[in-house]
Amino acid sequence: MRDVKIALVGYGIVGHGVVDVLSRKRKMLREMGLNLRLVSVTDHTGTIASEEGIDGEKILGEKTLGKVATSCMKGKEAIDAIDSDLVIEVTPTNIVHGQPGLGHMEAALSGGKHVVTSNKGPLVVSFNKLHKMAENNGVMLKFEATVGGTMPLISLVERTLVGNTIRGIRGVFNGTCNYILTRMTDESIPYAHALSEAQDLGIAEADPSYDVEGVDAAGKVVILANALFGMNIKYSDVEVTGIAGITPEALGLAKDKGYAIKLIGDVPALTVRPTLVPLASPINVSGTLNSAAIYTDLSGTITVTGLGAGSIETASAILSDVISIYRTKRIDAIF
Amino acid sequence: MRLSMDLELLDRPGQLLTALQPLRDNKANIISVVHQRERKTPRGNVPVRIVVEMDRSKLEAVKGQLQSSGITVVRIGEVRFVEDESVVLIGHVLDSDLGDTIHRIDSTGFAEVMDLSITMPGVDDPSTAYLKIRATGKEEIQKALSILREVGIEKKLLVIEPIGDDAA
Repeated sequence: MRDVKIALVGYGIVGHGVVDVLSRKRKMLREMGLNLRLVSVTDHTGTIASEEGIDGEKILGEKTLGKVATSCMKGKEAIDAIDSDLVIEVTPTNIVHGQPGLGHMEAALSGGKHVVTSNKGPLVVSFNKLHKMAENNGVMLKFEATVGGTMPLISLVERTLVGNTIRGIRGVFNGTCNYILTRMTDESIPYAHALSEAQDLGIAEADPSYDVEGVDAAGKVVILANALFGMNIKYSDVEVTGIAGITPEALGLAKDKGYAIKLIGDVPALTVRPTLVPLASPINVSGTLNSAAIYTDLSGTITVTGLGAGSIETASAILSDVISIYRTKRIDAIF
Repeated sequence: MRLSMDLELLDRPGQLLTALQPLRDNKANIISVVHQRERKTPRGNVPVRIVVEMDRSKLEAVKGQLQSSGITVVRIGEVRFVEDESVVLIGHVLDSDLGDTIHRIDSTGFAEVMDLSITMPGVDDPSTAYLKIRATGKEEIQKALSILREVGIEKKLLVIEPIGDDAA
């Protein structure tokens, strides 16, 4: 049995999902030979720590750790102080300066701890530095959940399609925009109406600009470009147009001519913009789904679709990353 | 260059092979052959349309060879527009002089607008134009799209381009 001490940093929607999934899957993981022990959970109110492992049932009902915290340690302080093998970083994202996640990841990696994250900001701001830091410290940095949520994209390219040259990736990387565009097309309703509907359903934030202006999708383009194409680009290198200018009439006219209008991110073109997609194209997905077409030299075009967000779905991508760290067999480690 | 040839063959065995020989001799790459034996011309000949990719300088040689083998050459024309793409423009499409927008494409010589649909929801609301553009090749389609992109910036129109078939 491999014993792994996990420290969770961030206890919002995704953090709750991680605690839930770790507790639901405990038995299955043990059968695989993995004893994942959640030794600490930290949020902006403090930290709850337990060497034997925190019982998910006891904290899942709490919105924050305010009432259950066993210490007032936060962020980097908690990462440094608590003995762990792996840090799951799921604090709120900031695409401009990457904090507080960036500091958390640096602290974990430099302390020789693996990092698994769904937090885009730090990777958008500082991917190459974090990647080098992980290498120098002999640990791994895994981030499947940052792009396309539960839709397997990074591991698909890095593992399953290994040996192929990836010529490009294009896709629907933001479920909120896709939901709004789908509703506008289906019901011929104006943008503002579809947006307020998405806000009522919790699909869009009160301040929707991060999604609808294409910022989120562009962040994903940066991560894919740096992680899978070996580029060294910043957010400002991506040419971004959002969906606020799209009208139901335009969607209707495009549909009559055999096209959907989707917000498409493109690597290595480094663009995010509304694009005509043939109705029959496999990347033409509706609702909150995400999709990606991967253009390869040997395998042709491969398309994946999946749920791009959600508490449990994102936690599922995080869990896969955690397991993959302990199942990795490097080529030079096979004997 | 891509050429389309309309020929008339005598209704006799072996005529199609005879017609293809000059193309083969002049290294023309045959794209398609439409041979309609059941649709004879009033003279009783069989019409054939052949599309080839070939060097323009060889055209006269091919024509001469065809005629000397007894094949009637009805028409030979350049197939100019082989690629087409769709584009959607959103904004004040008409007020920003749609005629001029189309002219910018048509005046290139290598591309033209072949289909146009417009919806106008209200006087002050942004309207939408759907354009189908055709051009002499893939590269020319890309040039036409980049012209529209510039027009979009200049006239404050949102230009929605087609997703490509394959990665760049």
